[in-house]
Amino acid sequence: MTDARPVEPRHPFVEMTITRLLILVREPEMIFWVFIFPLLMALALGIAFRSPSETPVAVAVEPGPGAAALVEVLSAQESVEVVSIDAGATGAALRDGLAHVVVAPGDPPTYRYDPTRPESRLARQTVDDLLQRAAGRKDVWAGRNETVIAPGSRYIDWLIPGLLGMNIMGTGMWGIGFTLVVQRTRKLLKRLIATPMRRHQYLAAFVTARLVLLALELVALIGFARLMFDVPIEGSLVSLAAVSLLGAMTFGGIGLLTASRAQTIEGVSGIMNVVMAPMWICSGVFFASSNFPDAMQPFIQALPLTALNDALRGVMLDGNGLLANGPELLVLAAWGAGSFGVALRIFRWR
Amino acid sequence: MADPAEPALSCAGVIKRYGDVLAVDGLDLEVRRGECFGLLGPNGAGKTTTIEILEGLLAPDAGRVRILGRAWGENDDALRARLGIHLQETQMDEKLSVLETLRLFRSFYPRGRSVDGVLGLLELDGKRASWVGKLSGGQRQRLAVGCALVGDPDLLFLDEPTTGLDPQSRRQLWALLQRYRAEGGTILLTTHYMDEAHVLCDRVAIVDRGRIVTQGSPDELILSIGAPHIVELAFAGREAAGSDHLQERIAALPDVDTVRADVSSESWTVTATALHRTLPALVRVAAEAGVEIETLATRTATLEDVFVALTGHQLRDD
Repeated sequence: MTDARPVEPRHPFVEMTITRLLILVREPEMIFWVFIFPLLMALALGIAFRSPSETPVAVAVEPGPGAAALVEVLSAQESVEVVSIDAGATGAALRDGLAHVVVAPGDPPTYRYDPTRPESRLARQTVDDLLQRAAGRKDVWAGRNETVIAPGSRYIDWLIPGLLGMNIMGTGMWGIGFTLVVQRTRKLLKRLIATPMRRHQYLAAFVTARLVLLALELVALIGFARLMFDVPIEGSLVSLAAVSLLGAMTFGGIGLLTASRAQTIEGVSGIMNVVMAPMWICSGVFFASSNFPDAMQPFIQALPLTALNDALRGVMLDGNGLLANGPELLVLAAWGAGSFGVALRIFRWR
Repeated sequence: MADPAEPALSCAGVIKRYGDVLAVDGLDLEVRRGECFGLLGPNGAGKTTTIEILEGLLAPDAGRVRILGRAWGENDDALRARLGIHLQETQMDEKLSVLETLRLFRSFYPRGRSVDGVLGLLELDGKRASWVGKLSGGQRQRLAVGCALVGDPDLLFLDEPTTGLDPQSRRQLWALLQRYRAEGGTILLTTHYMDEAHVLCDRVAIVDRGRIVTQGSPDELILSIGAPHIVELAFAGREAAGSDHLQERIAALPDVDTVRADVSSESWTVTATALHRTLPALVRVAAEAGVEIETLATRTATLEDVFVALTGHQLRDD
């Protein structure tokens, strides 16, 4: 900025879009919540919920006569990992997932495990097989194994589209709604309409700046998911971009609607949380929305984030084109058009 | 519209109600091209409501408004392109630089000043890359006025442009406005500082409770209260001074216009037309009454005295 070249006038739409983006990137909190937080979340959840087959079952052997022989048999196997626990700590070890099964030596040995946990049941089965074979059991026959790992079947594969959907919702609502209310409380909106500025250009600049941000968000989260967890994208990138774009526009419209009359930051924050909380829970971000009772399903399916997440998973996991996600895209478009329409009608500039 | 005789701004019979409160009560105004006109009045007098109606930001309940020969609602964008508007409470985005803010506002106007030229006019050249959040109060206020000047307006509206500023920043802003005036610009401003109105304005209208109490040039208004000199005095000993006879006797002195004692009778305000006759007489009356004058000061009447004389209450609470 130190050069002394004369400042050339630019088109107001260009000027407004640039200043919007400058304000966004000069907000360190914004960078964290839009770019860093989703990556941290993906990283944490991706590591916590690795597929069970990738990890050996954890077995502990209680001390006693014959314990050493058991440890020897189990240690020789790749599919188990023998962990040592303190005497009397069996309950705590199972509860904390330190050991999935605890073997008490004896004839026959006793398996202590938690049948409500799938990994605990699996560990009991695995250890029982190994010990019976070591004790001389002959299998009648050995079935041939053919492993089929369905693409995108891991939790992280399922999670990433949900996180992407949640992020598109969050940045759309906060990035547009919150900023508008801040400008209203600072009397800046009123100041702007005292100029010959075209109001539709102002709102269009907001949306455009939002789309630039969306492109960066997409690249960051999808790129991270591919590099870190090798998450697949079965469908085309164009479809993925198109679904994300529609989602961003829709939530931009909903953000505009929530901010169209709010006069205080506290007011708009409350409204946004009320709008977003049901979707965080019901719309299948972290767990499938099919977990909810059938009676709630029509309501859940009509939520925009459910539609966005289903469409994103359709593209990323099932390789759907846009047509196959038609119903979801229609739900999104209806929400977007409806909220934009109402917001423009009731929008308060002062 | 090009008719130079046509006023820059006129309004007649403007009324604005907020519930039961009559904020603007039948206001008539005319601002000539090239003049600086001030709306002077206390907080809550209806100045901001009036200026926002004239700026086309508020719709009046009744009345006629013409700005640069046009009414609001005819072609507002074209009209706004010729106006510069400074609002009382606008806070610009703190994370944009001075240059970016001016560029943004400049882009809204089809024609206008160069951003570099405005930076020079504002004396903010050295701050062009600074974020708005880092500016002092006076610099921010100049930037706000600068945003109203980038479109090279024919008419500039300013709502309390120097409220809250230190004396030096106020003078800097006045100098900026006088430069705009010198280039032929017209200004309508509101203020509750009578010194500001006196320095900047060719004519002022004193506004109280939504009505114009009087209007004219500052000097005319001061002359109109009939007594351009003010004597402020205090007597030692309240009992003697409190006597009605003393007040009557002072009021009867030559060239004395009014005598007002404050509630505690400790300080007195005497308005007079000819000090050289009033002062010796005043001293003599005090001596005859046997009261001692503790302090005595004289000054020239100000717009504040005009306001007090016409409304019976103070311009400011403090």
